[in-house]
Amino acid sequence: MSMNSIRDTFFEECEELLEALVEGLSQMEEASDDMEVINAVFRSVHSIKGGAGAFALDRLVNFAHTFETVMDKVRDRELAVDEKLMALFHRSGDQLSDLVASARDGTDLDPSAETAIVKELESYLGSDAAAEEFSFDAVTLDFDGPAAIEIPDIDISDVGEAADTETEYCFEIQFKPERTLYENGHEPLLLFDALAELGELKVEADLSNLPSFDSFDPNDAVIAWSMSLKTTESETTIQEVFEFVDGLCDLSISLSSETSPAPKAEEVAEEPEPEPASSEEPPKAEEVPSPPSADVASVAPAPAAPVPSPKEETPAPTAAPNMAAAAPKEARGPKPTLRVDLDRVDRLINTVGELIINQAMISQRIEELDLPTVAHLTNELEAYKLLARDIQEGVMAIRAQPVKPLFQRMSRIVREASDATHKKAKLVTVGDSTEVDKTVIERLADPLTHMIRNAVDHGLETAEIREAAGKDAVGTIRLSAAHRSGSVFIEISDDGAGLNRDRILAKAIEKNLVSPEVELSEPEIDNLLFLPGFSTAGQVSNLSGRGVGMDVVKNAVQALGGRVSITSTPGKGTTFTIVLPLTLAVMDGFVISVGNQTMVIPISSILETIRPNAKDIHVVGTDSQVVSVRGAYVPIVDVADSLGLTEEERKERNGILLLVATESQDLTALRVSAIHDQRQVVIKSLESNYTAIPGVSAATILGDGKIALILDPEELIKLAHSNPLDPFGQNTNMELRHA
Amino acid sequence: MPETAEALADTQFEFITFSAGGQNYCLEITQIREIRRWTPVTALPHTPTDVLGVMNLRGAVIPIFDLSARFGLGKTPANERNVVIVAAVEGTTIGLLVESVSEILSVEKSAIQETPDIKSEATRHSIRGMISVDETMVRVVNLDAVLEHSAGVAQ
Repeated sequence: MSMNSIRDTFFEECEELLEALVEGLSQMEEASDDMEVINAVFRSVHSIKGGAGAFALDRLVNFAHTFETVMDKVRDRELAVDEKLMALFHRSGDQLSDLVASARDGTDLDPSAETAIVKELESYLGSDAAAEEFSFDAVTLDFDGPAAIEIPDIDISDVGEAADTETEYCFEIQFKPERTLYENGHEPLLLFDALAELGELKVEADLSNLPSFDSFDPNDAVIAWSMSLKTTESETTIQEVFEFVDGLCDLSISLSSETSPAPKAEEVAEEPEPEPASSEEPPKAEEVPSPPSADVASVAPAPAAPVPSPKEETPAPTAAPNMAAAAPKEARGPKPTLRVDLDRVDRLINTVGELIINQAMISQRIEELDLPTVAHLTNELEAYKLLARDIQEGVMAIRAQPVKPLFQRMSRIVREASDATHKKAKLVTVGDSTEVDKTVIERLADPLTHMIRNAVDHGLETAEIREAAGKDAVGTIRLSAAHRSGSVFIEISDDGAGLNRDRILAKAIEKNLVSPEVELSEPEIDNLLFLPGFSTAGQVSNLSGRGVGMDVVKNAVQALGGRVSITSTPGKGTTFTIVLPLTLAVMDGFVISVGNQTMVIPISSILETIRPNAKDIHVVGTDSQVVSVRGAYVPIVDVADSLGLTEEERKERNGILLLVATESQDLTALRVSAIHDQRQVVIKSLESNYTAIPGVSAATILGDGKIALILDPEELIKLAHSNPLDPFGQNTNMELRHA
Repeated sequence: MPETAEALADTQFEFITFSAGGQNYCLEITQIREIRRWTPVTALPHTPTDVLGVMNLRGAVIPIFDLSARFGLGKTPANERNVVIVAAVEGTTIGLLVESVSEILSVEKSAIQETPDIKSEATRHSIRGMISVDETMVRVVNLDAVLEHSAGVAQ
């Protein structure tokens, strides 16, 4: 593993930690005193700091440290979380994420924002904490004999006094690292430092397991340590120090009956006496209060007089359950996951696509053989088909990810946008756990960011206007995701003033996007927003008006095979709905024939299929046709015409009509020659090796290994309406020119 | 070792020669992925005549061009010896229908002559150079030119 790949892993982990951080912070908003949540936030920041330290990312370390210190105060309940502090935490989280990104990409980051946040954070720390410098002092270990690291002793009388105010306990800690602890890059010394921060620490190394020099393996963990720690902190705090080496060492923490070690104990510590026993075994119940290994407290006389320790009577039970608690803790943690290179998954998906095609081919070939008794063969084939489907679904599920991280990022956009526009806004997300293909999530980030900014900037009114209108001063942006009938619906809605249709129309006329004479319906006016070069902002604001319009959003969504639509109610707000296919790799379609060609049309776009009677079809004008469907006249678009296919006696046959309704076009009937089958097809891009072809969205491979084109109904209808001139100045007779 | 290999690659070129539109052409062997027998393709709508359609190459959809038609030499007549040369340039894979494949040609770099200053700009662009072999002339196909055409179909 090279340094770079370790670095990559660190940044991947940072992504997850930042996600956890954002999630924790939003939970804190609801329950600011939930210790679990505060701890989770603290841990995220702490882990980023720790990792960053290993890569000498000082700026990141320093910022994380300041952030963490304030979090720590909250954790210790020295600091109450109010709205202002919460906002600061959010900003700190954003800043941390920026710092991580800048460290990862090696880009420069303007320090002004950072300085301001650090200043604000430090204002919460007061003078005492500010003095607490962040540094790891190197402690040299003496390996000549049982080493004792002495942390400055305090006068025993002091301890007695301290015990009056805060009860000080003496913990016995047995720590025996396993080989894996070192292999994972942990350093016991840092743990000791962390313990020393909690109170007075004595560390003694147990070298009894040291092998003879001949058989010495430098990678083996042979040294164990016994420690005694006098601290006012709880046992949980001590356990937290060992959090990251959990499972990598034998650890036992027990409460010594002695809250203050007798002077004799110190003598023992100084006396170089080899450890009699290894600390592998946890203290036996009957031996507690004096644990088996000879350490500071165990040599001290058994408690004769009661000492001010509330836990005194039950030291053994506290130690035992804690050991037991450590094991299930692992099980309770996040589900084990596997990090896999995306390329590998995609290769697997391609291969599985091939498998599906191959399965279809085999079925077709066997059918062609026309064997006399194929019953058992058909059964096996059917089983094969199901298995192939299962594998495919499983593989596709690998790519599916919850939209949560994407939605979480949007809360930052709302914060920044509302700051920049001096509006008050909050983000409400619904359906975070909805799973969508990874590529979709990645490619949705920009359009969503843009729409959220727009919603704050154009959608919401200022707090004054809102209050005047009797609304909550804080505007709500609602971001929701849901699976509905094989598609993913993502809605971005605001509770603002709604679209100002007069202004949109005026703007569109001013920009020559529509002619002033045209009468437009309300949805048509709304859809003007998606025209290229349209921007309603009266002035170029900080946020919008950067030349990126809703047309970019629309294109991005369409590139994913999706659609965007708007609904708006004056005074109530505006909702943008994005409908996306569940996956980009497979699709349910009708296998149809158009002329002599086999093609596929997506089932999702088809409302109904009609085999029309001749009397239902009427000619309008010279060659336009309409079909009456339950009394309504629906225009017919001939797919073969639209694609520029040859005439070939198709007008005589009525063929089959597919009723489709598209976003921009009304109900239309597409005429095709026949429908053969309904099946799931694997989508193959045409663009990767060729260019896009109007009316065709992609291609797929059929059971016979031949390629069938996947039609794009909306484009087909557009093509028919625009009556395209032949782009090549020739009669595009499409036939197999070379058979 | 790397130097000698590089030096060798610098001077020695291997080409596969084939005929299209009654003329001899060749392509550098490193650009060729495979050579396949002709099988019917799926035609594409709204495409010029030299685009025959698309073919399934182990799961990838690749466009097939009639090289003869592309160079303005008329459609390739159907023939049992017709093959599709699958070539790759800069991540794009395409198939070229040619009349027949002839042989592998190994030549020194110096044997490749520059295209002389012929009248037709399009023709000059479509070939990268010429190689003289036993009194016949072999034209080196400029794959980029074939691709540029394909990208520019919408003009």
